[in-house]
Amino acid sequence: MSDTVRDVISAILVLLGATMCFAAGIGIIRFPDVLSRLHAATKPQIFGLIAIMVDVALNNSTIGTITLIIAIVVFQSLTAPVVAHLVARAAYDSHRVRIDVLIVDELGTRPD
Amino acid sequence: MSSTKQRLATFVNQAPLFLGLVLLWMLLWGSFSWLNLVTGTVLASIVSVGFYLPAVDLGLRLNPWYALLYLIRLGFDIARGSLQVAAMALSPRYTPSNAIVAVHLRTRSDFILTVTGVSTSIVPGAIVVDVDRVRSTLYLHVLNLKRAEQVEEFRSGVLAEERRIVMAFGSRQDVERLRRVSGEDRREKDQFARDEHASNKRRWGGTS
Repeated sequence: MSDTVRDVISAILVLLGATMCFAAGIGIIRFPDVLSRLHAATKPQIFGLIAIMVDVALNNSTIGTITLIIAIVVFQSLTAPVVAHLVARAAYDSHRVRIDVLIVDELGTRPD
Repeated sequence: MSSTKQRLATFVNQAPLFLGLVLLWMLLWGSFSWLNLVTGTVLASIVSVGFYLPAVDLGLRLNPWYALLYLIRLGFDIARGSLQVAAMALSPRYTPSNAIVAVHLRTRSDFILTVTGVSTSIVPGAIVVDVDRVRSTLYLHVLNLKRAEQVEEFRSGVLAEERRIVMAFGSRQDVERLRRVSGEDRREKDQFARDEHASNKRRWGGTS
């Protein structure tokens, strides 16, 4: 792969990653309640991280780097949803949820 | 005291997790060496004994073709979900309209339930708010649902995700349950099961 092509791909990946992390930050401020903010904090953030990691792998493609990157991505994608779940559950149980922005709440009407 | 046979079964069940720990240790060092292997094995033993948890029944079945399909689809969904949430965060005309949706899964396996919960959390739209393990029900918070049809669409999306996971990693009983879900769910008393049944029937009734 020529250097120019690699630089262009790198630039796109870094920009994509940065945009995703930026959007995640904006989302945390703009979204109305804890549950919505968790979406912003988990999804674009993981995708942004993956983009940056792919870029690192592209520019420094040794086995050691690539295996480490795989471990980082796998553990981020495994742990972020778990953290989000714990925070979401705590928020719901302590009524820190804007009920007025929900169109249905099937947890509130669950059978006991 | 457990018999030798039981011990062997426990060992076979735990082996993949143990090997995973050793592999992780070597990944963190970034290279393979015999010293890494030995220290990794020692640490994995300490972790397994010191941080003892009840055994997870992995089922030990893997269909490589369906697993590949699942992973490709997962990667695609991560990109789509992230772009959607990012677009929503940056959109000037954003108005909040969310939902908490109960999805009654067909599996009875803790492992499949967990993987489905984690997958739906990183793909378009959901965060697990609560889990009802006995009924295999996930309560998911979903962003940007505006109409009732979208709730049903989302529900069948999660069930399709569960289907892909069961086809890739599920035990034979789970695959079997997937096939005859209509007969099984009719007997269940809770309302969600019946709602789920209706939506399954719409989606898969023709093929199964």
